[in-house]
Amino acid sequence: MSLQRLCLRMFCLLALAAVVAVLLGETSFVVGQYVEAVAHPGSPPGEVLWTIRAPRVAMAALVGAALGLAGATMQGLLRNPLADPGVLGVSAVSGLGAALAIAGGLAAVPGAIELSALAGALVAGGAVVAIVARLREPEALILLGVAVSAFGGALTALVFNLAPSPVAIAEVLAWLMGSVENRDWTDSFKVLVPMAIGAALCLKAGLGLRMLTLGEEAAAMSGLPMSRLRVYAVAGAALLTGAAVAGAGVIGFVGLAAPHMVRALVKDDPRQLLWPSALAGALLLVLADLAARLSPTEQELKLGVVTALFGAPVFALLAWRASRSWRA
Amino acid sequence: MTAAWTLNGLKAQQGGNQVLDVASLAVSRGEVVGVVGPNGAGKTSLLRAGLGLLPRTDGDIWLGDRRLETLTVQARAARVGYLPQDRRLAWSLPAEQVASLGAVDLPEAEALAVARERLARVGAADLAGRGVLEMSGGERARVLLARLLSTRAPLLVADEPIAGLDPDAQLLTLDLLRKEAGSGAGVVVTLHDLSLAARCCDRLMVIEGGRIVSEGAPIQALSPEILAGVFKLDGALVETPAGLVLAARRL
Repeated sequence: MSLQRLCLRMFCLLALAAVVAVLLGETSFVVGQYVEAVAHPGSPPGEVLWTIRAPRVAMAALVGAALGLAGATMQGLLRNPLADPGVLGVSAVSGLGAALAIAGGLAAVPGAIELSALAGALVAGGAVVAIVARLREPEALILLGVAVSAFGGALTALVFNLAPSPVAIAEVLAWLMGSVENRDWTDSFKVLVPMAIGAALCLKAGLGLRMLTLGEEAAAMSGLPMSRLRVYAVAGAALLTGAAVAGAGVIGFVGLAAPHMVRALVKDDPRQLLWPSALAGALLLVLADLAARLSPTEQELKLGVVTALFGAPVFALLAWRASRSWRA
Repeated sequence: MTAAWTLNGLKAQQGGNQVLDVASLAVSRGEVVGVVGPNGAGKTSLLRAGLGLLPRTDGDIWLGDRRLETLTVQARAARVGYLPQDRRLAWSLPAEQVASLGAVDLPEAEALAVARERLARVGAADLAGRGVLEMSGGERARVLLARLLSTRAPLLVADEPIAGLDPDAQLLTLDLLRKEAGSGAGVVVTLHDLSLAARCCDRLMVIEGGRIVSEGAPIQALSPEILAGVFKLDGALVETPAGLVLAARRL
């Protein structure tokens, strides 16, 4: 199957999932109310569909796409099928940014949490970009990411420790568990710009990611500007991850699992994997958010909890099936 | 003959230790030069430092008529193709796509056409669509050799290209590299098999402790004294109908 055809099919699947996700929710409608919502967007059913559910679905799709693309980029860059968008520590520091904003009492300031999360991602991403030019070996980068991630996690724990009130702790925790609840269209537009820049950078690095299949030294001699492409990949993944955390908090497994859902369909090609991974990530998160909304629990499940609950076993299954081809 | 690769006074360190000290080395187009030496002698360091992959502490590197530092990455790739010793691949791309990575200067369709032709040349045409991680080590080595040949560079540098291959694949690999030399490329290979090195290379460089201690035609470079002093072997190269063969025993 050609890449275009694969992407088209996945896009159709995503569109279908998005329509279903907009139509279904905690509040059930009859057919007449759906017709009313379409005919009169300002009507009560219309309000529910277009100002509550649709922006939420859009945010889930955007965040999922960003995480899927960032995950595929990281796996290609680090030549490691277990890499995910958080592997360089960007998620942890971005979450720290959001936690600082909430604990600092800025939760009520429009855009403060998002900006703070994005700033955290840019700081961590910038540090990694500065170092990535010197460190070529993936193992060194992963270890650096582990250190950055641990430090970000430790500082977040410190925020909990020093939080002025239990309410602040609960708010930070709720954010860190990830959700697209109560997002409006403006929220989606806010994250769209960093996501678009990040996506462009990752796609630009595509040929370099494919070349890294051969290893660092063969890639360095290949004629491609590998140092620059490596920076594009890290900066792009950092922007995507930061924007995703800014939009929906910390959501695991999507960036790890989405590339594996489509890897076999693109014959393991790290370059061709990028677009389908973004679409797979979007599809995953739209469905995860629908599951969170339809769950028969008193409290709505957090998106990060759903992705972890479903993602971990699914990923284990995928990893088991794919493990034969991972041998060196 | 035109020099494809020239190294002057090349020195390199690794972990604070001097691993290379090469006064001069020149490889002409049209010749196959073998680099031999015991394990840890500095063969790979010589190739890596000579290509700019290992930081050097001193010395000049020329690729053709240009210093390495003056070349863009594209210009460098147009002058040299490199096959590293490490044959591990990250992903199971189809063989033809791996081979086409040698020709990223071409549009993708043309690069694939070149890759298929090179795969046929190395006897791996039937592997074109197979994932490289589903192959045996020998098959993968052929694909990577096809990738090297796809570079179409005037200097081909191969680090242990026949390691782990069966005798037929070893001879095929060296024959193909000889053909490239016959077409005007300079070829540099590191080898452990001294008989094959003597038979298939125009010149040999014997390296020990990061220094070239002997060089020249195989029969001269691998003199009984060098075999004894460097390789701890008591013996000599002898002419046979199949070419030079090492007849030696451990000292």
